[in-house]
Amino acid sequence: MEYTEKHVLAVKELLYKMADDQLILGHRNSEWTGLGPILEEDIAFSSMAQDKIGQAHALYQILHELGEGEPDTVAFMRNAEQFHSCHLVEIPIGEYDFSLIRHFLFDKAEQIRFELLGNSSFEPLAQVARKFRGEIKYHVMHADSWVKLLGKGNEESHGRMQEALNQAFPMALGIFEEGPYEEALQEAAIFEGEKHLRALWLEAIKPVLQAAHLAIPGDVDDAGAFGGRYGKHTEYLQPLLDEMTEVFRIDPAAEW
Amino acid sequence: MVSTRESKQLHPEIWEALYAVKDPEIPPLSIVDLGIVTSVEFEGKGTVQVNLTPTFSGCPALKIMEQLVVDKLHESGFEHVQVKTSFEVAWNSNMISEEGLKALHQHGLAPPPRHEGYIELDVLSDTPCPLCGSRNTTMQTPFGPTLCRSMHYCKNCSNAFEAFKPVS
Repeated sequence: MEYTEKHVLAVKELLYKMADDQLILGHRNSEWTGLGPILEEDIAFSSMAQDKIGQAHALYQILHELGEGEPDTVAFMRNAEQFHSCHLVEIPIGEYDFSLIRHFLFDKAEQIRFELLGNSSFEPLAQVARKFRGEIKYHVMHADSWVKLLGKGNEESHGRMQEALNQAFPMALGIFEEGPYEEALQEAAIFEGEKHLRALWLEAIKPVLQAAHLAIPGDVDDAGAFGGRYGKHTEYLQPLLDEMTEVFRIDPAAEW
Repeated sequence: MVSTRESKQLHPEIWEALYAVKDPEIPPLSIVDLGIVTSVEFEGKGTVQVNLTPTFSGCPALKIMEQLVVDKLHESGFEHVQVKTSFEVAWNSNMISEEGLKALHQHGLAPPPRHEGYIELDVLSDTPCPLCGSRNTTMQTPFGPTLCRSMHYCKNCSNAFEAFKPVS
């Protein structure tokens, strides 16, 4: 079907939130570079950071082709309230257990999102989604094996993983905060929508958590998880953006 | 659009030049054998356009490879060269040629197994050791010094080695 103006706005909103999530979580992951609990994990989080920044760049590039600014400008010249990232990705890395659980919850959602978008009627997005599927596979493989290993490890590792899950799970629900164009996305077969994604995600995380002897917390208070898609962010986003752009802002016109 | 095979017959001099462009991180491997050159367009005396597809969307070597293509074609006498990188054709590890797999092995990397689209942990955990050939190996981590590599250990010859990851 022919896209109307509303469909184009819907595509842009979808691209912005995906790209912003990737950019911010990519930077958070990179904070493990040099600090990982073991060398292999240092490398894993650094590699996943690189993948996510690369994916963010590809998504910003599509936005640029739709008339938005250059990828670097869009990534580094906006303030927090112009970002569409969800709260989960903004939170500081904390202990390794928290970063691992966040990576597990977020990347599972991304994997399913890319799977669905591989069939999107918006071809440029379908193309990159099909590409990202092969990459995220390794992220999910990594998360699943560590979540199971530590969930079943010893009393301390189990306790820490469960506590991290209790903290991260309510925030993760903010990934699926519905945007203003859910209907338009579905009507034009661009994307099945956040509600659908959330249901698939819940089904996908359950068997892994079960195998890891971890329980999804009951009585979830997810009040703090929402608003990110509408520019309302945690106190952690603006300081992160300031840090990310510190060198860039010294001389924005510099040639690198 | 002309197929790659037809294009190779039509413009052998362009493809010859492209064969000479190597992956900066794996010097024995040509970018053509790596499978990232998806097509070449050439209009008489006009512009040569080379279309590339990234192995990984975050691959930092891509910009360098784009420049290497331009430099090599200039050197070969093509004045106007354009390199376009896009996701139109998505790269997967089955696109590495037989020659490419040999070059990886020569560089000390276990080449990726051919796959049917599904890659499971099992495929990675018994990667044959490129040093002694044993399958008695174990994967340490699916991530390595570059995005396209994983790290393994051979229990037979007690060496650590890297593999080029299968990607679907």
